[in-house]
This record gives sequence, C-alpha cells and structure tokens, in this order.
Amino acid sequence: MIALILRELRLAAAGGAALLPLIFFLLVATLFPFAVGPDGPLLARTGGGALWMAALLAALLPVDRLIEPDRASGVLDQLAMRGISEEMVALAKLAGHWLSFGPPLMLAAIPAAGLMKLQQEVLVRLELSLLIGTPGLAALTLGVAALTAGLRRSAALAGLLMLPLAVPLLIFGAGHLERGNESGALQWLGAISLLLVAGAPFAAGAAIRAGRD
Amino acid sequence: MSALLALEGVTCRRGGRILFEGLDLKLTAGEAALVTGPNGAGKSSLIRLAAGLLRPAAGTVERGDAALADEHLALDERQCLADALSFWVVNGGSGLEAMGIAHLADVPVRILSAGQRKRAALARVIAGKAALWLLDEPANGLDADGQARLEAAMAAHRAAGGAVLAATHQPLALGAAKPVTLG
Repeated sequence: MIALILRELRLAAAGGAALLPLIFFLLVATLFPFAVGPDGPLLARTGGGALWMAALLAALLPVDRLIEPDRASGVLDQLAMRGISEEMVALAKLAGHWLSFGPPLMLAAIPAAGLMKLQQEVLVRLELSLLIGTPGLAALTLGVAALTAGLRRSAALAGLLMLPLAVPLLIFGAGHLERGNESGALQWLGAISLLLVAGAPFAAGAAIRAGRD
Repeated sequence: MSALLALEGVTCRRGGRILFEGLDLKLTAGEAALVTGPNGAGKSSLIRLAAGLLRPAAGTVERGDAALADEHLALDERQCLADALSFWVVNGGSGLEAMGIAHLADVPVRILSAGQRKRAALARVIAGKAALWLLDEPANGLDADGQARLEAAMAAHRAAGGAVLAATHQPLALGAAKPVTLG
C-alpha cells in the first residue's frame, strides 16, 4: 500500500506535473484582481469564493493522468494479478492525488489570500475549509478519472461530469468563508467530503473492472 | 496434487459472440499447455480468463498466484529498466540475467526496442516468482537468442514445480505441452 502511494507521488512529481495545479491556482489568484479591479473591499468579499473555484479546477487538472496511463500500460492488470484489489489501488491513488495537490494548495493559499486582500480570520477559515474539502475534490477527480479512462479526449468529458458533482463542496466550502462556524457550513463540508472519500474507491474500483470487458 | 490452474466448462463471449464453449483445462506442477488457433479465435481471451481479468460467460476458473505477460509492458516508461522492474520483484532476482538484458539495467524503458521490451516483460514474469505463468504471444518480436532464453526459462520454471499456459501462433519449444486448439 505504501509502495503504491509512493509510486503515485513519484509519477505526480515526474516532469514537474505536480507543480501544474499549484501554478494554475496562483495564476487564477493573480488574474482575478485584474478582472475585478483594484477595489479592496470587493476583492475581499469575492476573493475567497474565487480561490475555492480555483482549487476546484486545480484538482481537476491531472484527471487524465490519474488512471488512464496505468490502464493503457497494463499496470492495473498486473496489480490485479498480484491480488491487490482495484479498490485498494483506487485508495492509494486517492491518497497520492490528494498529497500531491492538497497540501501545496493550502500553502499557496497564503500568498493568494494576500492578493485577494482577505482578512486574517478569513484566511484561517479558507485553510480549514481547504483542508476538509480538498480530499472530497480528490475523490471526485479519481472517480471521474476511472469512469472516463479508456475514452478518447476524456478530459473535457471529465470536466463536464465532475463540476456539477462538486457544487455541494463549493457551496459549503465557500460558505464557510463568509460567516464562519455559526453557519454550520464546515460540518456539511466535512460530511460531504467524508462521503465522497469513502465512496470514491469503490466507484473507481468498479469502473476499472468494468473497463476491462 | 492440487491444480495450479483449473478451467471447467468455460465459455468465452466477447461482444455478443461466443469464441469458445465448454473448455476444460487443468495444469498441475511441471505441466504446460500451448494454446494455438487462428487470429481472433480467442487465444488472448483465454489467457485473460485464466488470469481472472475477464469473467467467463459460463464455467469456473480457479488458480493460485500467477504472472501475466501480454502486449502491455506495465513498466514505468520514465524510469530505467532496473528501477521499473524492481517495483514488481518478489524476494529478489529481477530476471534481467535470465533474459540477457542485464546490460540494459540503467537504460530508460521508453527507448527500449520491441524485442527488448518483450524480454523485459518476460523478466517481469520471472521476477514475480508466481507458480503459474500466463504468456500471450511470448515469442513475438524475439530474436533466436531471445527465444532460446524464453524456452530455457520456461523449462527451468516447470522443473522447479511451476506451470505454463502459453498462447502463440509461432513454433515454440514447450516439451510435452497439452495442446489447446481454438477455432
């Protein structure tokens, strides 16, 4: 299991691919003030939501290299031959995917919050909601990656499939920024994220198996 | 003696078409079977059925631990051959020497030739230390030396109590192998 996760991290790091979500996230944070204009209070009000959008899209970026290369090169078949269940492979991929983009994104959120003129307490809420919400985003990406593996030009379809499913995460993740704990958004975010993380390995495992026929 | 592979009444259906029906095959330690038949007869499907990667439309498939070599190399292209193989090695011994590619150990997988990739796939099978080898067209792309090494490796594996199920349309020296003719 640990060897599998390490392999995922190595693949993610290969060729600097792991930096892509991070750079994308920071780029959005840089561009957003240009689009909205240098209005401090307006930026501070809308910036948190924009960062959550950026996190969502950043999680989606590696969707076409999560499952498909291993399916095409026969690695998934070979792992099955070793008696490692597809669900276990999916769980390792989920952990590897989250480790490669979740924590870096939380680090990048600090300079991004500065660009958005977010208050300190909003930054703390953002970090907390990212910590709880990004595993859910990783789970969604994994499930969609498994469903679309083997299809040609699957990246666009994966985006169409995943983004509507990510709406609850977005609502409660960004909702927590506005009003903090009194809204109960964080609990909802945690519940949805947990549900996705628990369900994704089974959905992805079933999709990998179905993809063999 | 318990069977390393037991197929009973296996029917294979692909895309709504029945490829073969009621196939029985049993392999115990030291035994081998050679699957032959024209293109599209279901040789590769039989290998994948035995591997458990396809489900039979009818019948049962039972096997212990097995290693599979098909057209997919399943080695990370960016890594050098020795590192990529080491992910699959069980209890040491990478199989590089047996397939005569030890000199390629530090060459990246992506620049290997077709024949070298085939040898690497067979080295991965050797490295897996499984009792049952499932080989789909193992001699494809191999030169005379490669084929001799493949045949020696299969003979050594059977002498050590293993079994081999190989599908091929090329002549392959596999002494006293059970013939399985499809199509």
